[in-house]
Amino acid sequence: MSAQVTARSPRIGPDEPPGISGSRRNRGLVMLGLGAFVLYSVAPVWWLVVAATKTREDLYRSDALWFADVNVVENLRQLFTYEHAAYPRWLANSVLYSGAGSVGLTLVSLAAGYGLAKYSYRGRGLTMGLVIGSFLIPGALLTIPSYLLYVRIGLFDTVWAMIVPSCFSAFSVYLAKVYAEAAVPSELIEAARIDGAGEYRIFWQIALRLMTTAGATIFLLHFVAQWNAFFGPLVFLRDSGKWPVMLGLYSWLQRGTDSQYDLTGMVIIGALVASLPMVLLMVAMQRYWRSGVSLGSLK
Amino acid sequence: MSTETTLVARPSPTTSPTATGPGGRRDATGPRISWRVMRDLKGASFSLPFLLGFCVFTLVPLVLGISETFYTTKSSGLGLGGDKTVQFTGLDQLAKAFRDATFWSGLGRVLLFAAVIIPLTQATALAMALLLDAVRRRWAGRYRVLLLVPYMIPGMVATMIWLYLYSPIVGPLRPIAATFGFDVDFFSSEMLWTSMGNLILWNTVGFNMLILYGALQGVPGEIFDAARVDGAGDLRIAWSIKVPYVRSSLVLTTLLSIIGTVQLFAEPTLFRAVRPETITRDFTPAMYVYDMAFKVGDINYATALSIVLAVVVGAMSAVVYRFSKEAS
Repeated sequence: MSAQVTARSPRIGPDEPPGISGSRRNRGLVMLGLGAFVLYSVAPVWWLVVAATKTREDLYRSDALWFADVNVVENLRQLFTYEHAAYPRWLANSVLYSGAGSVGLTLVSLAAGYGLAKYSYRGRGLTMGLVIGSFLIPGALLTIPSYLLYVRIGLFDTVWAMIVPSCFSAFSVYLAKVYAEAAVPSELIEAARIDGAGEYRIFWQIALRLMTTAGATIFLLHFVAQWNAFFGPLVFLRDSGKWPVMLGLYSWLQRGTDSQYDLTGMVIIGALVASLPMVLLMVAMQRYWRSGVSLGSLK
Repeated sequence: MSTETTLVARPSPTTSPTATGPGGRRDATGPRISWRVMRDLKGASFSLPFLLGFCVFTLVPLVLGISETFYTTKSSGLGLGGDKTVQFTGLDQLAKAFRDATFWSGLGRVLLFAAVIIPLTQATALAMALLLDAVRRRWAGRYRVLLLVPYMIPGMVATMIWLYLYSPIVGPLRPIAATFGFDVDFFSSEMLWTSMGNLILWNTVGFNMLILYGALQGVPGEIFDAARVDGAGDLRIAWSIKVPYVRSSLVLTTLLSIIGTVQLFAEPTLFRAVRPETITRDFTPAMYVYDMAFKVGDINYATALSIVLAVVVGAMSAVVYRFSKEAS
């Protein structure tokens, strides 16, 4: 993959990059540097893909960077049936936690952001203060106290512990507010009011549609973060049937070092399968997380 | 904690109903006052779900956590099954946490690590962004996707990939190093930080590159022509025009990286699963807090430790933020 791209040599054309001369030596150096970075970025993933296709024996014997006997179907079968199909359940849990949490978070954040951007009322400044102030609270601080709270209110070791608290994020509200200020014209709201639409109807039928980009960004950023969550599930969930996929893989990785049955191959293909939805989602929604990056940098 | 309360107070100087500030302009043409009040109430209700959730899942744990540190739980029996007594001990737990040598040495470890890995990541990201900026736009897009592949891989998976690449049994890196005459154990205590730094760099550099590359697109092209007329070469233009232009983006990504690195937990925990001899259970502050809460079982003290950690992170973020405001 990388070799094919780096082999091309630059030609001077119409969309000439700004700020660099056409000197052949400099262009060669640029290509060399980029090629090295591409190799560094892609090679480890290449290894993962190759290793996931191997039999357990080939994993130790064959050339690490090239295919041996392709054994994907059997590896997948093992992955999905091992220990009464633990892996597919973890995968389903991850989809549930990331999906439900992100839908909830997106709705809550868009509503709050819209309200903060488009209305003036007593307490609005205080709410904004809370939102901005809580950026400074590091996540690691809240984990142990949250555990104490969840134990008291019966949320500990339930699926709700993974869904309900994740619906409230100050950063997402901030993103939604910044976006609503720019994307929802006050004149439009005013016009809808004159036509007799109520405030909630304006939000559901007009504002929400104008804020789809912000919504998709918030959804995506949170979906990815929740998919990758480790500290939270480790603290809030005991029962392995409720674990998300990353925690499950960690338990296999940990066991792989001290068990008779070698789980290395399972962790490798499990890691690959768990990454695929993320890579597909990120590629499909590139536009949105890029805009999230630039919105974030407005801070 | 203190940093939080001061920040809460700052952006809300006008909360009285008469002084609605510039936001008041929107309801200029309300015919009846009661109608406008109704509308503002409805407007306020939009943020109600968030506020409720925020109170329950952020403010309540915060208060709960702080109150927890005022108590000490002691088991009177030996080991399991002994009666537990809870005693009010005031600020003892916090004072103990502030003097805890294990905690500070863990913090020193991650700070030293941050001091090396963050500039290194930024420099690498900057190099990538400058190189991308030096090829034609059409190709830059293709390269950019490839350079972003590590960022799309979930961090946990990235750690697992590198753990196996480093592994003396299945990994290809050790044989490769051996052909060059080096015998490296990537999990030894000397190599550990390099190994971990490399995987974090691999996983995060793409995101930083994206921000910097985005900022580079905003440099007006006429500056380059002017510089070229004055006799500046490619390197000189990159260093003296492009780098200063993206400085504020650099500060932002640095701030985010510091907060992340000080709370380092997942990566060292995974390393520990592979090599528990070198990575102790109190290796980083977050690992120490986790260990104290769930392995030692002293929740009161674990909360006190997380408060100290939060104060340190908050203070550092505030300093970098202030610094960035002055720089830009």
